[in-house]
Amino acid sequence: MYINKISAQNVNFYYGKTHALKNINLDIYKNQVTAIIGPSGCGKSTFIRLLNRMNELIPFTRLTGNIYLDEADIFDPTIDAVEIRRRVGMVFQKPNPFPKSIFDNIAYGLRVNGIRDKEYINEKVEKSLKRAVLWEEVKHRLHESALKLSGGQQQRLCIARCLAVETKVILFDEPCASLDPISTAKIEELIMELKKDYTIVIVTHNMQQAARVSDYAAFFLLGELVESGRTQDIFTAPKNKKTEAYITGRFG
Amino acid sequence: MRRSNLPQNLGFLLLWICMITTLFFLLALLFFIVSKGIRIISWEFLTQGPRQFMTQGGIAPAIVGTIYLTMGAIIFALPLGLACAIYLCEYSPKSFIVNLIRIGINNLAGVPSVVFGLFGLAVFVKFFGFGVSILSGALTLGILVLPGIISSTQEALLAVPQSLREASLAVGATHWQTIKKIVLPSALPGILTGVILSIGRVAGETAPILFTAATFYKKGYPDSVFSEVMALPYHIYALMTEGTHPIRQTEIAYGSALVLVFLVLVISILAIIVRQRQRIIYVH
Repeated sequence: MYINKISAQNVNFYYGKTHALKNINLDIYKNQVTAIIGPSGCGKSTFIRLLNRMNELIPFTRLTGNIYLDEADIFDPTIDAVEIRRRVGMVFQKPNPFPKSIFDNIAYGLRVNGIRDKEYINEKVEKSLKRAVLWEEVKHRLHESALKLSGGQQQRLCIARCLAVETKVILFDEPCASLDPISTAKIEELIMELKKDYTIVIVTHNMQQAARVSDYAAFFLLGELVESGRTQDIFTAPKNKKTEAYITGRFG
Repeated sequence: MRRSNLPQNLGFLLLWICMITTLFFLLALLFFIVSKGIRIISWEFLTQGPRQFMTQGGIAPAIVGTIYLTMGAIIFALPLGLACAIYLCEYSPKSFIVNLIRIGINNLAGVPSVVFGLFGLAVFVKFFGFGVSILSGALTLGILVLPGIISSTQEALLAVPQSLREASLAVGATHWQTIKKIVLPSALPGILTGVILSIGRVAGETAPILFTAATFYKKGYPDSVFSEVMALPYHIYALMTEGTHPIRQTEIAYGSALVLVFLVLVISILAIIVRQRQRIIYVH
């Protein structure tokens, strides 16, 4: 069995009076890719945005239950959300590079974490860009604006930005939703490569994508976790009828 | 099947006519001021004080006074307005009282400027005892433009995409780091636009300085923030309503108006250059 990296226990989440997540229990394993699947509005984005405490930015929300990261409760009042986000990185649905140079986009995460050593930053930027398979495309124009890059390149830049701060977990919130098939293939390849060193959670609408990249899958429907397990089991022999209907494309 | 282009063309025509009308009034105004004012402009007019009961000499003290008042007002209002907008946009909880404050600020922008003048007289001139002075005038003008600076800054901050804030927080930046390094730089062009508009307003206002800073005639230049000053808008007002040589004074008034318009234009162009440079850094 794999090592448990994140564990959600009896998690309920409310937007005002809307009960968005209903008693979720889910384990996420170290160095594995876990896909969260389900139709729009089922709570999958809400769920992964809890894992780096991003939902705290939204007013009038409420949480019950616990989420453990390496067996420590991430909602412990003595722990700063900033601390959690340094350990759990996130790549968003739409590429969101800062309106800064390519170099500064990567260096930003290091600088806000108090790193001033120029040589270390240079090294880290190069390493992160290489790891995100973007280095060859941008090495001659590191000081040009990141907004000049294509959508797929921007998304790999956002992944590199995440890698630079040495997180252990990376959350992908529909990372390929706005990308073409070639860019999507590159990101998927990258995700499979990254799992050697990172624990990955990916939200996706795309069943083929979930089947291709993930080791584990969790199916959400109307705020409930319907079924979770090894991806191959979920896709070949789903236990729940709703899961089967969704995967075979009968709804959603 | 061909669809008629008529409604669309009519629409374009209407928009075009509106645009031309606006442009016409703008150009007519500039032409009017320039043609009436240009004759009086000379090196002497720009560098010397008035002589012979305002019928000779120049308007240098009024130019200097207007610059002092404008700078003073912006120095006072910009940091205060910026801080207030940042608090309201980025930190304040969403509550009834905060909404009330927002509405209050927006309404303040609609208060007639002469009311601000009376407020300045009561508070800065009398209560704080600053007297009729640059300080009182600059503070009054500052309060006058504060609502404008706050609301334009708020709009600029709200226009920064939430996704950028999230990106910054997601790499472990604190709330304040995110505001300082991502939100404010992205909002800067919008903030500067608000400042440009404020400068134009401050430089041209007459009523707020009527009782707080301006004087009809002063020999030489102000030597401290507690001196009263001549200022261009008030100078124009005085030339057109007082004195004994209306024809000569009208000429000087138009010359002063031209200088005032030019002054605001120069300051605006400077701010626009700063804004463009900022945009270039952020887009290319």
